[in-house]
Amino acid sequence: MLTITLREGADLGGFRQAVRRLAAARTAPDEVLWSVGAPSLFGDEAPPSEDGAPVFLPQAVGRLIETVVCHSDPERYALLHRLVWRVLNGERALLDQHADPLVHRLERLDKAVRRDIHKMHAFLRFRALPGPDGGERYVAWFEPDHHIVEAVAPFFVERFESMVWTILTPKGSLHWDRQRLMTGPPAERPDSLADDRFAEGWQRYYESTFNPARVNPTAMRAEMPRKYWANMPETAAIPAMVRSAPTRVQAMLEAEAAVPRRRMPEKAVAAMARQAPESLAELNRLIRRSEPLVPGATRAVLGEGPEGAAIAIVGEQPGDQEDRDGRPFVGPAGQLLTAALEEAGIDRGGLYLTNAVKHFKFIQRGKRRIHQSPTAGEVKHYRWWLMTELGFVRPRLVVALGATAALALSGRPVAVLRERGPMAFDGWSGFVTVHPSYLLRLPGDEERRRAQAAFVADLRRAAALA
Amino acid sequence: MDDALIEKLGILADAAKYDASCASSGAKPRRGGKEGLGSTTGAGICHAYTPDGRCVSLLKILLTNHCLFDCVYCINRRSSNVRRARFTVEEVVTLTLGFYKRNCIEGLFLSSGIIRSPDHTMEQMMLVARTLRRNHGFAGYIHLKTIPEASPWLIEQAGLWADRLSINLELPSDHSLKAFAPEKNGGTIKAVMGQVNERIVEAKEERRRFSPAGQSTQLIVGADDATDRSVLETSGTLYQRYGLRRVYYSAFSPIPEASSVLPVKPPPLQRENRLYQADWLLRYYGFTVEEIASGGEGGMLDLGIDPKLAWALKNRERFPVDVNRADREMLLRVPGLGARAVDKILSARRHTRLRMEDLGRLSSGLRRARPFLIAADYHPVGGLTDRLDLRQRLVTPSSQLSLF
Repeated sequence: MLTITLREGADLGGFRQAVRRLAAARTAPDEVLWSVGAPSLFGDEAPPSEDGAPVFLPQAVGRLIETVVCHSDPERYALLHRLVWRVLNGERALLDQHADPLVHRLERLDKAVRRDIHKMHAFLRFRALPGPDGGERYVAWFEPDHHIVEAVAPFFVERFESMVWTILTPKGSLHWDRQRLMTGPPAERPDSLADDRFAEGWQRYYESTFNPARVNPTAMRAEMPRKYWANMPETAAIPAMVRSAPTRVQAMLEAEAAVPRRRMPEKAVAAMARQAPESLAELNRLIRRSEPLVPGATRAVLGEGPEGAAIAIVGEQPGDQEDRDGRPFVGPAGQLLTAALEEAGIDRGGLYLTNAVKHFKFIQRGKRRIHQSPTAGEVKHYRWWLMTELGFVRPRLVVALGATAALALSGRPVAVLRERGPMAFDGWSGFVTVHPSYLLRLPGDEERRRAQAAFVADLRRAAALA
Repeated sequence: MDDALIEKLGILADAAKYDASCASSGAKPRRGGKEGLGSTTGAGICHAYTPDGRCVSLLKILLTNHCLFDCVYCINRRSSNVRRARFTVEEVVTLTLGFYKRNCIEGLFLSSGIIRSPDHTMEQMMLVARTLRRNHGFAGYIHLKTIPEASPWLIEQAGLWADRLSINLELPSDHSLKAFAPEKNGGTIKAVMGQVNERIVEAKEERRRFSPAGQSTQLIVGADDATDRSVLETSGTLYQRYGLRRVYYSAFSPIPEASSVLPVKPPPLQRENRLYQADWLLRYYGFTVEEIASGGEGGMLDLGIDPKLAWALKNRERFPVDVNRADREMLLRVPGLGARAVDKILSARRHTRLRMEDLGRLSSGLRRARPFLIAADYHPVGGLTDRLDLRQRLVTPSSQLSLF
């Protein structure tokens, strides 16, 4: 009989080393006695090169071992060794056999450890203490059932990375200084951890969120057994809460239906209906102070032009230049639009110009800000603003420049080149044509001239419709 | 945190507690890192349980319980004499961060009474979420109650900051809504649910973040005369048409300052439990509303037994089911077998013919399942499912906490 002694606690490294040796020597589970406590059999001095060769196990087995070694059951290593032995000797899919007594037992250990980890994530409470350099540090005391202190560390580091904290338990301790995690020896329960006002506030919250009409302490204890209560300040109130519940409910049931003591706030109720912005200026204030709904975006570029304009022109979104100037259609595409309007004999100053998306969506490449087309979903985020804006301008005709504007106005994808011309938008007479930036992107001079002429012709046609 | 703030917290937590939703799950992973605070892991954590058995996961509070609406079932309606209070945006931020740092909560669930206007209220709530996210790098969970009467742009904005949005339908039928909540309108509520659903779906397709944990709603049970069948039909529609993540059921609970329009006696809490069980059958067990309702009488679920057992007792000809042969759909219909047990059965029976002893290790509900099963070494004697007293034999008070 071979005796293997592993470290106290969850000795995953020791167990792995032992398993490698045992597997190499083909030692059966019945020939091994596992114990915990004294120095490890292979000792710290054993160089890694003398490890047995790695044992190849299905991932699920590896994961199960990692959890089950944390269990406080003294038989855990023997059970795991039995599992490894059987998996290596022809039962690769053993873990699928949930009805096998060994698998069943290990699954229960696994579940117990997971539950313990989960409850530690949930029920541990930090207290704030004055820290070095005037900040705060946070300290918690917790008593887990199993050796899970290291297993819970990643959760707390991830969640409270920006805080300085210490977790003390009878099975080991953790300290995080915002840079490094240090593990320490088992700790004693601290005499007292001073409560601050937040602990008091939390208790008030806990009492207030309880509904006495639904009192059900059994359900509470099933999820939050008494053993955890000692370290949770809010639980001090439980006995009184349970005791007073029936009388509180009785009082509610016996109370006569209340007659309102205050008079009905008629004016305020009537005023609620007038919440929508009442002018274009008010709407623009909303847009300006709202968060961009596309990435990039430094400011909102608002529509421009007289309310009551006969034609509203809707583009895609502001570009680099528009974003800098805060005005629509002032970049290269805007200049092209201005030229085309002139050629068509339309006064730009008499038009209302705006964009479907009010912010410049871009990604930064070095010093350049590269335009990104808004997605259909992003266009819809802006749609209410656009429609409300048009409602104030009340143009006779809305001209959509390009696919994005056409999508925003019609609510469906539009193939611009195929569908250019008059189109009914949601409540507006509309007209679809290309976006001037499309002209800028055309390769050949000839092609561009032809497209530009068609664009000018479209503008003329639109003007005639308005 | 001073006495006045603690006092307000008491009032505004008390005012928020009738909302049953508590989930902090389903969010995309997010972490605050060295400069921010917190994380969401997707799974959600219950940080405490109160003596009503409900979990405390989020700091569930109202921004204010002043309200211009007059919904009779609500403790905060304008005609109620309840004590009123109002938080500032900064106060809610302080409370959320303070409790979060002490590991009391997963995040914030913010709702509010309507002050000034739905838009104003919604904007204040959004401001809380925005301040938490942007000024404090808060990466915990944020659930924002959406006020359906608010302008659509506010909803577009709210989804940027929230992990979950919810709009409470409260009452399953338009006519109850009209009678009990004069300022509300079923059509408006559903339009907003539609808007939110559309944005969530689009954002998911485009890999953007917009209310990544979806939307949920709550129905109050027992305040009006709606049957369980009509409640479940409403839920079925909400799941299918609006892609809701969860429908919560809240048995109408006696409140201080109750209105005279309301029923004097609250419905049995068991009714709420049965509805939750039925809801699970609807979502995970392949049952239709019609099938679930057929287990009860007159559109109401059987309060004495769970809806799956009720259905099985009325469809005895479908049983017993052979655990070594039946398909997943049929195994899911066996009373006492949960979805997880069924999956274990399916994987285990590839390796061995399952006997009762094996099943005992695969399922904890075997006592109830037994009359409906055939195993390698077991066949219910004399057609156990034919026994008239089967219902009685299966119903003992101890077996009634299942599924939820």
